[in-house]
Amino acid sequence: MAVAATPKNTLPTDYARGPWDEMLGADGRVNPSWSHVAAWLGGLTPEQAGATGGEIRRLLRENGVTYSMHGEADGEHRAWQLDAVPWVVSEQDWRTVEAGLIQRAELLDHVLTDLHGEQRLISGGWLPPELIHAHRGYLRPCHGMRLASKRQLILYAADLARGPDGRMWIVNDRTQAPSGSGYVVENRVVMTRAMQRLFHRTGVRRIAGFFRTLRQTLESFPAHAGAREPRVVILTPGPLSETYFEHAFLASYLGYALVQGDDLTVRDGSVWLRSLGGLEPVDVIIRRVDAWFCDPLELKEDSQLGVPGLLEAMRAGNVAIVNHPGSGVLENPGLMAFLPGIARHLRNEELILPAAATWWCGEKQARETVLARLDKMVVKSIHRAPTFGTVFGATLDAKDLAALRERILAAPECYVGQEQVGFSTQPCLNGSTIEARRGVLRGFVTSTPDGNYMVMPGGLTRIAASPDALVVSSQLGGVSKDTWVQGVDPEPFVSLWSETEQSQPELDSRNVPSRSGENLYWTGRYAERAEGTARLLRRAVISFVEAIGDDEAQLSRHREILMAGLVGVTNAAPIDAAKNASVVRDEEEVASLLTDPLRPGSLPDNLRSFRNAAYAVRDLWSPDSWRVIEALIREWVDGKAPSNRRELDHYTDPLNRLILHLTALLGLNLESMTRDAGWRLLDSGRRIERAQFLLSVIRNFLVETRPAGEEQLVMETVLAASDSLVTYRKRYRTHPRIELVLELLLLEPNNARSLLYQMQRLSANIEQLPRQLQGARLTPEQRILVDTSSRLRLADISQLAQGSNGSRKKLEAFVGNMSNSLYQLSNSLTLTYFRHAESPHFLRG
Amino acid sequence: MHYKIRHRTSYRYDVPANLCHNEARLRPLDLPGQRCLSWKLTIGPEPEFHRSRRDSFGNHIDYFSIQRPHPELVITAESEVEVLSHGQLALGAGGAWDKVKETLLNAKDPASLDARAFTLSSPLIPVLPALADFARQDFTPGRCIQEAVAAFNSRIYREFKFDPDFTTVATPVEEVLENRRGVCQDFAQLMIASLRSLGLPAKYVSGYLETLPPPGKPKMVGADASHAWVSVFVPGQGWTDFDPTNDVRPGERHITVATGRDYRDVSPLRGVTVGGANHHLKVSVDVTPV
Repeated sequence: MAVAATPKNTLPTDYARGPWDEMLGADGRVNPSWSHVAAWLGGLTPEQAGATGGEIRRLLRENGVTYSMHGEADGEHRAWQLDAVPWVVSEQDWRTVEAGLIQRAELLDHVLTDLHGEQRLISGGWLPPELIHAHRGYLRPCHGMRLASKRQLILYAADLARGPDGRMWIVNDRTQAPSGSGYVVENRVVMTRAMQRLFHRTGVRRIAGFFRTLRQTLESFPAHAGAREPRVVILTPGPLSETYFEHAFLASYLGYALVQGDDLTVRDGSVWLRSLGGLEPVDVIIRRVDAWFCDPLELKEDSQLGVPGLLEAMRAGNVAIVNHPGSGVLENPGLMAFLPGIARHLRNEELILPAAATWWCGEKQARETVLARLDKMVVKSIHRAPTFGTVFGATLDAKDLAALRERILAAPECYVGQEQVGFSTQPCLNGSTIEARRGVLRGFVTSTPDGNYMVMPGGLTRIAASPDALVVSSQLGGVSKDTWVQGVDPEPFVSLWSETEQSQPELDSRNVPSRSGENLYWTGRYAERAEGTARLLRRAVISFVEAIGDDEAQLSRHREILMAGLVGVTNAAPIDAAKNASVVRDEEEVASLLTDPLRPGSLPDNLRSFRNAAYAVRDLWSPDSWRVIEALIREWVDGKAPSNRRELDHYTDPLNRLILHLTALLGLNLESMTRDAGWRLLDSGRRIERAQFLLSVIRNFLVETRPAGEEQLVMETVLAASDSLVTYRKRYRTHPRIELVLELLLLEPNNARSLLYQMQRLSANIEQLPRQLQGARLTPEQRILVDTSSRLRLADISQLAQGSNGSRKKLEAFVGNMSNSLYQLSNSLTLTYFRHAESPHFLRG
Repeated sequence: MHYKIRHRTSYRYDVPANLCHNEARLRPLDLPGQRCLSWKLTIGPEPEFHRSRRDSFGNHIDYFSIQRPHPELVITAESEVEVLSHGQLALGAGGAWDKVKETLLNAKDPASLDARAFTLSSPLIPVLPALADFARQDFTPGRCIQEAVAAFNSRIYREFKFDPDFTTVATPVEEVLENRRGVCQDFAQLMIASLRSLGLPAKYVSGYLETLPPPGKPKMVGADASHAWVSVFVPGQGWTDFDPTNDVRPGERHITVATGRDYRDVSPLRGVTVGGANHHLKVSVDVTPV
């Protein structure tokens, strides 16, 4: 495809660009690569601008793109922000960037290899030993460790910005566990939908090829004996990590299992995944946990995120950790002072991409230079720790400058001074106005199976927080942009999966970590508990709004029973322990169960637990399932909407929507998830919870016998809460009668809400789980299922329905027994399939 | 001197451990003044996996894992070591202490480059002006480095009380300085911290010291212990040992097992168990002259 004809240079008239700008040249004319974007911007009305922003936000929200701020309360996820205007980079500019990044990756790979091996760069005087030894990324235990590949630096990212000379400059190197590539894909997915025409006219290169190469590289590492290809996993710190979304996204995009430290174990010097099917060998670990945390035996001893023995497994050659655990040593701005010299020494080359002039304070002369011009310097710690950010000397008063000087002199080897470089601006849409802001682009590089490097034609652009801001934070958050690299002939669409592969690898139980199984199981349980609670609450809300019953006395009696049952079934903590529960008004009680996220047993509390379980297996949901989860989380957990509403009847619609969403989720899971062990555990969770909820409803509402009129209302409530009212009416065409109600709820095999139906589904699910026996011998789960099912089938409904002295004792005992058996079944599943949280202990001697 | 060394460590768990990973740094080094003649590591129960290697300081490491439930772990290291008398330091070698830093920066030989790493703070040993001030009394301008270090070594011995109940492996150097008490490990780390704060390269040495029974009494089995002391880099001379706990220059009675930046780099045994809850540790060391 050729680039469409260049439109006339239409300019947004009020665009206040900086001293140098990406879109406009020095002469004020639009750079050719920006012509289509500029024309679009020029013709944009404020309404269109606002609408475009809204569309992008909607698409991001639908895809559930989030990030978390470090240290934020658990489970807080912020919406990802994407600007409608891309950073367009011309083909010619990109050629330089590409060559420069490859050159830099090769050099850094050499440095990494050398520092963990012979250290010739130190003995030859090209790097001072203090610069390396003082750096926290230099981990002594990693010395001598090597990946089987030619390259030791597999993934590399660099932050780039355009300097005053019009060239692209290196701002930062990222080598520990470079993040951002997943967000690039999400940005691109949204932009190709929201800005489709502009995207095609501009002639943008595609990025999927990068991930395909990355996969090929990862899969070129040796596989364990007997395997055709290596098993690759992504090691994440977990859902509380800043970029967990990205870890989950990449796991799902690349088709690898997402694991946390205690999903892995080292035995016989190899790494194993605790999967639903048992221990499975792991060959490659994409490490998104900082190296210092990844092995408590040799590194940070109280780390909960690592795997004891992991480094020894890599040393033994049984696992490849990507990136190399020592690669953090390269994230050292002090290296920038020495890299030009190393490039000349090793390759007789100048660096293609310049970096700001850097003075490492560990050297006397450099230190004197920095201290003499401290008020003009940008001072950085060599560590990437958040303890000391970037300090601009120009912004400090005399007292602060003196303090900074003291600080540098106390540990000079830990600081660098850099010349301050201003970077270019580019247009951004802020609401409906076009602003010029500074931007930094993170470019991504992967090694290839044959030991070369490949640059992603694109990247993650982040822009400054305001038009005046000179710095762009390297933290995630803030506003991002898609980066459009032009190609004369943009390559055709490539799939991530190469043609020789038949399909995405089957997600079998051996690839499902036990933790994921456990979270799927609890997702099912909480979804079902929330649905049941919502149905009961809806019934309560209706009872306030519409009169239920024949007269005032019946109405108030029914409400009393309903309230007592509601508190009993939800098992909710009392509203206020100090208050006598009887003083709480019914409306207050219902409102609290509907809205108080801090009250255990409330609907929002259940949904929060549901959200946490679902989010912990973010990588396993289909996009549609996730959209449903997002929608209900937005309204009930993150959203403030219902809590503002005073009137209870305003809750009817949200409750209806919630029930609809939860039912839809079940339908989607039925339709779109493969029937693997994970799915079976999710469904088992739903079934066990549905059965338990039903038993609890029966115990709380039907054990007590009541006057006929009253009992009829209560039975209606029970049928409504278990979604069986319509079935009952259709089937029996009569007022609720206790034997019929119990038969429908307990023993009717065709009622999807009955206890028997749940038991049948549980048996079918559990039979198909790995590690279940076929034949005469029974596993503990099978034993419980057989026992419970037969007791259920043998139940005599007419006996259960009988009451004396105001209660149905046999029903109560039966319901209690059934509930107890299900509780045991749940425990048994936990013991067999879910990771047994055994905490590590440290030994010293 | 020729010694037989037996170092036995046992961990007894309240509940059996299901899995453990361990690193042992127990094998004595071969050094210019020391030869390890024999070496045997016995682990009970027998580990499923065992590998030996050298770390970046040159120490011997045995990694092993036990992968079945075990109520107890016993590690016994037995060796025979020959310690030669250390050569005497040339008088005045190394020159003035306050020139050492500059000398090192200009030296290009591997030993000097390697020594520079030991002038920096390390995980357990901070570099602080207060520590430099503490040492300065013995480090008068222009004083010969060995003389200054020896004086400092003696002063720690004189001014600090040996008190095994006061500190733990986690007691910070500042606290030891303030309270003037501790054990060999504390004195070694304090001395190293002070030397580094002056810009001098110093490292931590772990090993054994032959102890002599009180006159007229037999030596008790298991009475010896792991010991720790300090090594200082003297330009032109190399690494030179000092023992502040005993106010001596280590000689034939000190057996070196490992060296590193601080205790963390040389700890004789480190391990992580999965399961096992609390454990009870017992260590006994015998250093017997042959």
